[in-house]
Amino acid sequence: MAKTMTRGTRFVLFLLAVATFSAPVLSDLILAKVERRIDLTSQIVRITTTLKVENTGSDPVSEVLLTFPDNQANHLAYLTVTVNGGKGKGKASSGGNLPVGVVHPEGMPPSLTTYSVSLPKGLGKGDSLLLDVLAVFTHSLRPIPEKITQSDIQLVLFQESAHYLSPYDVKVQSLSVKLPDARIESYTKLENTKLHGSEIKYGPYENLSPFSYLPIVIHFESNHPFAVAKELIREVEISHWGNVQVTEHYSLVHAGAQSKGEFSRLDYQARPYVRGASAFRRLVARLPPRAHSVYYRDEIGNISTSSLWGDSKKMELEIEPRYPMFGGWKTTFTIGYGLPLEDFLFAVDGKRVLNITFGTPMKELVIDNLFVKVVLPEGSSGISASVPFPVKQRQETKISHLDVVGRPVVVLEKSNVVPEHNVHFQVYYKFSCLSMLRKPLMLIAGFFFLFVTCVVYMHVDLSISKSSPTYLAKLQWEEVQTNIQQLCNIINRCLTTNDKLEASLRDLSRTGDVQACKTTRKSVDNLLKELSKELKPLLTFLQSAPQAAHIAPKVEELIAKERELQERLMAKHSTVVDCYEKKLGGREIENRISSHQQKITALRQEVDDLLEFIDEI
Amino acid sequence: MAGKSEPLNGVKSGSNQSSPAAMQASALQADLSNIFSLKSFKLKTKQQELLIRVSILMLVYVLAFITRLFSVLRYESMIHEFDPYFNYRTTVFLTEKGFYEFWNWFDSESWYPLGRIIGGTLYPGLMVTAALIYWVLRFLRFAVHIREVCVLTAPFFASNTTLVAYFFGKEIWDSGAGLVAAALIAICPGYISRSVAGSYDNEGVAIFALLLTFYLFVKAVNTGSLAWSLASAFGYFYMVSAWGGYVFIINLIPLYVLVLLITGRYSMRLYVAYNCMYILGMLLAMQIRFVGFQHVQSGEHMAAMGVFFLIQVFYFLDWVRHSLADAKLFQAFLRITVTTAVSVGVIALGVGTASGYISPWTGRFYSLLDPTYAKDHIPIIASVSEHQPTAWSSFMFDYHVLLFFFPAGLYFCFKRLSDATIFIVMYGLTSMYFAGVMVRLILVATPAVCLISAIAVSATVKNLAQLVRAKSKAVHSGSSKGTSTVKGSSKGLVDHSQPFQRNGAIVLLLGAFYLLSRYATHCTWVTSEAYSSPSIVLAARGAHGNRVIFDDYREAYFWLRQNTPPDAKVMSWWDYGYQITAMGNRTVIVDNNTWNNTHIATVGRAMSSYEDEAYEIMRSLDVDYVLVVFGGVTGYSSDDINKFLWMVRIGGGVFPVIKEPDYLVNGEYRVDKGAAPKMLNCLM
Repeated sequence: MAKTMTRGTRFVLFLLAVATFSAPVLSDLILAKVERRIDLTSQIVRITTTLKVENTGSDPVSEVLLTFPDNQANHLAYLTVTVNGGKGKGKASSGGNLPVGVVHPEGMPPSLTTYSVSLPKGLGKGDSLLLDVLAVFTHSLRPIPEKITQSDIQLVLFQESAHYLSPYDVKVQSLSVKLPDARIESYTKLENTKLHGSEIKYGPYENLSPFSYLPIVIHFESNHPFAVAKELIREVEISHWGNVQVTEHYSLVHAGAQSKGEFSRLDYQARPYVRGASAFRRLVARLPPRAHSVYYRDEIGNISTSSLWGDSKKMELEIEPRYPMFGGWKTTFTIGYGLPLEDFLFAVDGKRVLNITFGTPMKELVIDNLFVKVVLPEGSSGISASVPFPVKQRQETKISHLDVVGRPVVVLEKSNVVPEHNVHFQVYYKFSCLSMLRKPLMLIAGFFFLFVTCVVYMHVDLSISKSSPTYLAKLQWEEVQTNIQQLCNIINRCLTTNDKLEASLRDLSRTGDVQACKTTRKSVDNLLKELSKELKPLLTFLQSAPQAAHIAPKVEELIAKERELQERLMAKHSTVVDCYEKKLGGREIENRISSHQQKITALRQEVDDLLEFIDEI
Repeated sequence: MAGKSEPLNGVKSGSNQSSPAAMQASALQADLSNIFSLKSFKLKTKQQELLIRVSILMLVYVLAFITRLFSVLRYESMIHEFDPYFNYRTTVFLTEKGFYEFWNWFDSESWYPLGRIIGGTLYPGLMVTAALIYWVLRFLRFAVHIREVCVLTAPFFASNTTLVAYFFGKEIWDSGAGLVAAALIAICPGYISRSVAGSYDNEGVAIFALLLTFYLFVKAVNTGSLAWSLASAFGYFYMVSAWGGYVFIINLIPLYVLVLLITGRYSMRLYVAYNCMYILGMLLAMQIRFVGFQHVQSGEHMAAMGVFFLIQVFYFLDWVRHSLADAKLFQAFLRITVTTAVSVGVIALGVGTASGYISPWTGRFYSLLDPTYAKDHIPIIASVSEHQPTAWSSFMFDYHVLLFFFPAGLYFCFKRLSDATIFIVMYGLTSMYFAGVMVRLILVATPAVCLISAIAVSATVKNLAQLVRAKSKAVHSGSSKGTSTVKGSSKGLVDHSQPFQRNGAIVLLLGAFYLLSRYATHCTWVTSEAYSSPSIVLAARGAHGNRVIFDDYREAYFWLRQNTPPDAKVMSWWDYGYQITAMGNRTVIVDNNTWNNTHIATVGRAMSSYEDEAYEIMRSLDVDYVLVVFGGVTGYSSDDINKFLWMVRIGGGVFPVIKEPDYLVNGEYRVDKGAAPKMLNCLM
């Protein structure tokens, strides 16, 4: 602590020396009125300055210089200058942000960083202009003491100049510092210093020469989360099937006062706000509306302490790290969510545009290094990104599910990111809808070839030795099986023919048409003859094949039974037909055929059983 | 399950019932179309059966997988328990660094300051399998995370096990029994307990390998084919690479061969199968560094070698008997040969043991044979809860109705003795004994129990269904011929005895289905309630019925990972060693691979000494952090206070300074104010 203080003091002395000796070089402009408001309520320091610039020289001036000491400029994360057009304070500035760039003008004292603001139009003689400057600094609150125990509160120190540091003369300037609602350990008391509640006012001070510098130091309590993401990788992956998947990898640290001594879980659990005032245990992320499938995890698994609620306008995700974050403690985690594609992807003259926010959805989080990776679908071309502030850009490829050449990735890199950077940026690319079908087609083709290989494998003979006995036996057995199959078919056909005969008999009893019955009989006879002819070679093969030895008797039995069944049926048929020709009564016919009928039923049963038996081989 | 065997029978009987009906219909309708329908119908019965069988198998396959996903649904896709974290860590190493790095990996993060030669002291089967699956998926462009692969490895192999169970059942009984076995093993809690998603442990793969080896060996014995025998040698190799339980195979198979020899079932098939399997399996197993030359040097493997020589003697004698015509001469020759062989064997064994070439049996092996051994001699084995003798309740819990089907299945096996059924009977009986000795070995017995029960179920249901079917067929054939009044007199005879028989059969069938459906319900319940907890994340019901999750373990490990120096040494009781190295990524003093008893005892001593003494011990071990688990606030019972007596016992086993009675008050273990002074003042 002592060390930093001395460094600060030395720097101030040096500045004063500079201020005294250097001649004003750019003094056509004067600042008629400077109002500065410093917001210290969070870890991010926001300085809003309203400048009234007046041109006292003769030439029109088109740029205004802003200076910051180097130690501040190093921490400067965000700087915008807007023209305050209207009188009303709340009114939005017209014309948007003015372009700002770093310049190194001659004659500037060293250890100052100078930014030049280009005015929209030259400032003529005697004209004046109101400018709003918003400067956002990170890491400018220094915890003093640097190490605290679990139950201590966290005190931070802020250094600034009570005078507005500027290369121009300042007529009137005032400064107000807003502090969090907590204890103020000490602050530099100058003339005109007032303390109202949690706000300290310095000034107004009048007629300050250029580069005047009057250090002030404020030492106060701040228990707001000092959450700093050392690195954040946001991956935005576009799927044209309707989803934008955002994955954010955080590597977080509590950048406040280091924790020392031991940590007692029990104390913390019992009185978290007394015994862990400096720790933060939760972070809130504001996700876009209609975010879905939100997850929160780290390398070792899901983290169960999170909650999500939302309505049509927003989704809020509250996450708790695995342990309360004390000073200096680190953690890493990943959150991910899906967004509906139609909210973020648009088509603009033949190109597609992704329009999505740049920064993190977390509130009041400082990011030291932010990588935004936009993963475009495979086959995208003509890729360009447009971001409203300077970033490093490069391209790489990522190989993910079912990729052949990989997906193009646009990487945007930016350091020192604050919530003010959370604006929309655009990525333009070309992508044809047909490429969408590539992956399903690939899958289909893959499965198709898999099945084709299976089919080929099943049908191709892969045995090495074509003359080995097992192989021959296998072949023979297959032949036997096909023969049996054919044989069974023929028997089945015989059986159906028999059924036809039966049907003709039934017709006969209904219609009494003997002639039709006889024709059926004739055709059936022919059919059966043909079938028995077909049967012969099969049977001889089965009898000769050695492997069918155990089946052959059964087959023979089947054929014999079937023949008997046929004969019986024929006999029954001729009897019935005879009877009809002789015009015998129904009773008589029944009596005559009853013996046949019994036998037929029994035979039919046996044939069926035999068929089933052979079928199961 | 019940629903699974039903359609098989249902369709069979259905085809029989409908064929007369079809014939009737064909008589009435147009001829040609009927010929086709009838023909195709008849042709299809076999194909239909195949179709049904395949679809049942596929359903069982899917079922076995998804029933193990309860843990992912209830919790998350994470690795469970203790050992799986080590396996996960090594798998990640393997996928990142490649096989050779893995093989030569010296891990300095565990067993500080000794370190551990990981490549030489683990069974790499599981890691290599997971890495292969991972690489294949990566090659097919599925960008999966290695964790997901590891989480789902066990369910995947459980699914494969059901297939093996089907083929095994088919081999020893018939395809019906195979289907039932597949269905039973798919949801058997005894197996699920070790193979839920996230339980990334050796057992998950090993049971598959075990069953595969047994199946292939039985197949080889049945066919006498060299190819099957070779396949079983490779199955054995896979098993050796996956799990230390391979010792069970290498002892069970010789025992089986011996039984076959004694019962006079010696055949050329057996000779081929055993010789090929033993020689090749042994050579292959030597490729695993952790096993090395144990097959020829360790006492546990000597049975296999003995049987190998015995079977050669048998073969030789067989040949001599064929050559010698004279029976008397042969008897004399037999006597001489057997005496010589036995004495040579005994002398070789004796010399080997005495010279130290053959190592004696290890403590673990003794404790398997004698349940009381570990308690008296090796507290570190006895301290593990899964090494305790099994209670009856856990048998009931893990097997449910299979416990009743098991003896019935044994009965069926004895009724139809064959080489295959003898094997399954032996497997069932021996593994049941081991399951009784150690809780964790229930796992090994599970496939046998499922197979034998499947035989019981299948045989019973088949017999009963035949009774029911015979009757219905008779009724049908009678009623189909409406015109005929006279029936076969023989059928009338059967009819008298059938009503009672048939009703009885129906009742028994319903009873069997009821039991099986109870089994299915029980299994689902057990899986979802008892076996799906990762044991690292605890869930409880809050006062209002909401779910409260205790994630304190991971909180601690993650804190260690993020906020301690990378070379910090963490001392904890050995239970947490693997988790600290895997999740905390920090060096530990001891871990779950309890290979060095002294080192563990040192930690136990540090934990149970006075604080100043403990400080000295910890300084000597370079300890930076000590991790202890206290469950008093949340009511978590298995914390370090609960395990403390084991620390004392293990510490005292090596350092007699630590005496158990010092920590007890009147023989009781108290942790409150009335605890022993030494207990109150020690590091814990």
